[in-house]
Amino acid sequence: MLELRRIAYHQEDFHLTADTRISAGFTALIGPSGAGKSTLLNMIAGFLAPTSGQVLWDGQEISGLPPAKRPVSILFQDNNLFPHLTVRANLALAMTTRRPDADQLARIEAALAQVGLGGMGGRRPAALSGGQQGRAALARVLLQDRPLMLLDEPFSALGPALRSEMLDLVARLAAEQGIRVLMVSHAPEDARRVADEVALVSQGALHPPQPTQGFFATPSKQLQAYLGDG
Amino acid sequence: MAQRALPLSSLPRSGAGLWALLVAGLVIGPVTAVIWRAGGLGALGPADFDALWFTLWQAAVSAGLSVALAVPVARALSRQRFPGRGALIALLGAPFILPVIVAVLGLLAVFGGNGLVNQLTGALGLPRIDIYGYHGVILAHVFFNLPLATRLILQGWLAIPAERFRLAASLGAPVGRLLERPMLRRIAPGAFAVIFVICLTSFAVALTLGGGPRATTVELAIYQAFKFDFDLAKAATLALVQLALGIGSALALLLLSPPDGFGAGLDRLQARWDGRSRPAGLCDALWIGFAALFLLTPLAMIVLAGLPGLMVLPVETWQAALRSVSVALGATALTLVLALPLATRAGELAGLLGVAVSGLVLGTGLFLIVQPLMRPAEAALPVTLLVNALMALPFVLRILRPELDAARADFGRLAATLGITGFALWRIVLLPRLRRPLGFAAGLTAALSMGDLGVIALFADGEHATLPLQLYRLMAAYRMEAAQGAALLLLTLSLGLFWLFDKGGRANA
Amino acid sequence: MLGRTLAAGMIAATATMAAAETPVLTVYAGDYFKSEWGPGPGIEAGFEARCGCDLVYKTGELLPRILLEDERTEADVVIGLTSDVTKKARESGLFAPHGLDTSALTLPVAWQDDTFLPFNYGHTAFVYNKEKVATPPASFDDLLNAPDDLRLVIQDPRSSISGLALVLWVHAVYGDEAEAAWAKLAPKIVTVTKGWSESYGLFTDGEADMVLSYTTSPAYHIIAEEDDTKAAAIFPEGHYFMVELAAKLATTDNPELADQFMAYVLTEDFQSMIPTSNWSLPSALPQEKWPEGFRALPMPEKVLFYNEDEAAALRDEAIEAWRSALSR
Repeated sequence: MLELRRIAYHQEDFHLTADTRISAGFTALIGPSGAGKSTLLNMIAGFLAPTSGQVLWDGQEISGLPPAKRPVSILFQDNNLFPHLTVRANLALAMTTRRPDADQLARIEAALAQVGLGGMGGRRPAALSGGQQGRAALARVLLQDRPLMLLDEPFSALGPALRSEMLDLVARLAAEQGIRVLMVSHAPEDARRVADEVALVSQGALHPPQPTQGFFATPSKQLQAYLGDG
Repeated sequence: MAQRALPLSSLPRSGAGLWALLVAGLVIGPVTAVIWRAGGLGALGPADFDALWFTLWQAAVSAGLSVALAVPVARALSRQRFPGRGALIALLGAPFILPVIVAVLGLLAVFGGNGLVNQLTGALGLPRIDIYGYHGVILAHVFFNLPLATRLILQGWLAIPAERFRLAASLGAPVGRLLERPMLRRIAPGAFAVIFVICLTSFAVALTLGGGPRATTVELAIYQAFKFDFDLAKAATLALVQLALGIGSALALLLLSPPDGFGAGLDRLQARWDGRSRPAGLCDALWIGFAALFLLTPLAMIVLAGLPGLMVLPVETWQAALRSVSVALGATALTLVLALPLATRAGELAGLLGVAVSGLVLGTGLFLIVQPLMRPAEAALPVTLLVNALMALPFVLRILRPELDAARADFGRLAATLGITGFALWRIVLLPRLRRPLGFAAGLTAALSMGDLGVIALFADGEHATLPLQLYRLMAAYRMEAAQGAALLLLTLSLGLFWLFDKGGRANA
Repeated sequence: MLGRTLAAGMIAATATMAAAETPVLTVYAGDYFKSEWGPGPGIEAGFEARCGCDLVYKTGELLPRILLEDERTEADVVIGLTSDVTKKARESGLFAPHGLDTSALTLPVAWQDDTFLPFNYGHTAFVYNKEKVATPPASFDDLLNAPDDLRLVIQDPRSSISGLALVLWVHAVYGDEAEAAWAKLAPKIVTVTKGWSESYGLFTDGEADMVLSYTTSPAYHIIAEEDDTKAAAIFPEGHYFMVELAAKLATTDNPELADQFMAYVLTEDFQSMIPTSNWSLPSALPQEKWPEGFRALPMPEKVLFYNEDEAAALRDEAIEAWRSALSR
């Protein structure tokens, strides 16, 4: 379970606070752009230090740890794969910075098969379509096998049908592997489609998550304002 | 927006500050040694201030012209495909890496009193064009530096992700305003700064083509103070003035150049949709033709003049050539080892010291430092490598840093979440991302070291002459034909080394 | 196999021991000196044949290097100093008297220096291509009054010894009128180069009709290239004397060898090597023993020269006359 304990972040005239727990299998963070969704994700992933407060995982503080030591993996908006490496070499980096052994190679092939890219490990990312690149990146985070997966508006470059397909795949595979997911999105329909709980980020604060159905069925004032804007 | 502040802060920079201090020390130490030996600084006279003024304005005009002409040339090269384009880009780099004396001979064969241009104007009954004077100095500096400016700006163009061009093409958006001008704002000031600083320390060009004492540069005044008057105090003072000028101007211009604003593209060949119209194609063809004619004709003249001389080259010359190649390779390795951790803003500033410092004062200072410790001749090789590396460092850093910054910005977070740090970060992420600029930088360093005459006249014991030194010896012995052969050999080896390294990096350009 | 290796090793060891016992004379010389076509190799062989020693050249900078090295210098002898630096060299106290009888010198000027010993000399002269300049100037005045399309290259007096000799030459001929003379010369000067090599390269490339060089330059073309199209214009106003010198270091740890070398400089063996390797005139060899190409060279009637004190006093003024006339 992820806990954000009295987190505050200040940078020039940007301010953000968060003090809540996130425990659902798939949680979506939605809110207007510039509200601080990605900032929150970056603090959880370890790219950004909060001005004050702590990030905890299962009761252990993780705020001081470097990104790679945290129990999280992350899918960025873009640059999820090194373009100069084959897909296989990219996936191997999820496990080791050395040459992968036979066992690891087998796991790579299995992960590729899971995301529907069986046999494509020898290609460079540039030789893949946008959807295939997303799948390869997903295989990479699955191989990292961290208990929490962060999605920073992934697949936003894909068309709606392809994006839905990818989100379904993420939700299914994460659930199969027992990985919790925290997704930043500015598309409420994405949240509605895959999230168990939704939390709103607006007016400089993260609001506690609520079950998806109730969240949209009885929208709060802030949510009304956001959806009305959108 | 908060996102902007994100990625870089959490990434290791492997003690760049310490490296920067080390490199700065390698420059400042020797200068200090000279001042210490001189017992203080000397006074400057009116002739020195004339030299200062001439140095400043010729450097500004030369750098401005080089960059201004490089923009259309680089643009034409970046958006037109034609057979031999790769070879042309490599050849266009040649003048920058030529030893001054070779280049001046080539320029004179074209623009001199008996040169091609005057033969043409003579045949047409037009008045003779004289190369000597301010315009000759500037012409030569543009000849030397247009290739550098073109390459730096071309790198900038190639670094714009192909996706951006696709997007602009699909939107019918103006490529110039959207993509090119921001890139130029980022690249051009740095290119100007480097060339300005190079021209600040110009010496032999100004002296040969300047047509007289009007074209006296600070570096010449230093040479005079050192060699003719053995006035170390004055030499050191002038060297400090030159250093301050170089650092001051470079600092101002580097601070002006805005931070990197480009994301990463995938490694596709760059395909563009602009520049396909007839007028644009014609205009590009004219620019490429101009650059090729201006830069390659003097080279062709060197080749023609040198061929007969190759036959009569003495054995010593071939030995010197071998020695120069090994020195060049050593200097290249050392430069890259120094440059990679230094490719930060602080590092780049420290690196600029290397080109802004007077070679003569640097050599003298190193001599004073080394001499109590060992026989200077024993230190000749390490000192040569070190000085060559220091001289090449500013160029290498200018080439590497924007690309390294981009690689860090684009892939730093991915590397961090995968736990790729330290040496593995270089091996897996940064070095492969830097392949193209690294190849270029290595080629440049090797070629510059080949052409280096050496600030080490003090260290040499005469046993280990380099090829440029051998060239001067041949000239001093009236062996002009052999000297032209040696010039051709030098040209071939410099270009060959550059081509080999650059090819590795340019494979996908 | 093993036997051969052992034997080779023993020979090598003996050779090393022999080398260690041979005294070494270290000679600092100008850079061109020891190249295969320079005078160095012949002098080395000739001296080693009589001294039973090993002569080792260190080439590169001369006086600046010795001044920087100060008493730590390895040099026993230095060869190739020019008359413009003798004052500074003398004042350093690093050089010792040669103790030789200089009456055998065959210089066109009187030379009684007890420290710096001439080994060759020449005169500044404007060298021209006969095919391009049909009627060369017959005097310095003629040169000043020549049409402005006569193309001349000279060397910078602030970086080159021949350039310095030229400004002293002009001063010797024109005195207070030197600046006016330079002003007349200025339009004809195509360019000023850092050193002699660059100028001469421009001249042989056809960039200039005349070049500031030496009266002996045509000899190279005549003897080595069998080309008699190059000639030096001889002026009745006189030509400036250029001399190259050898000297013994006071700090030498081989004083006997150094003295022996200084004496060798005046021998016929040494002197007869100078013309066709240094392409200048021997300092102690009667004219009838010069090679034919040199004997045939036209030589100036009048030779101009300032001794080191006069030259030091005049130098700044002479350079300034040049600078201000050419800066206009």
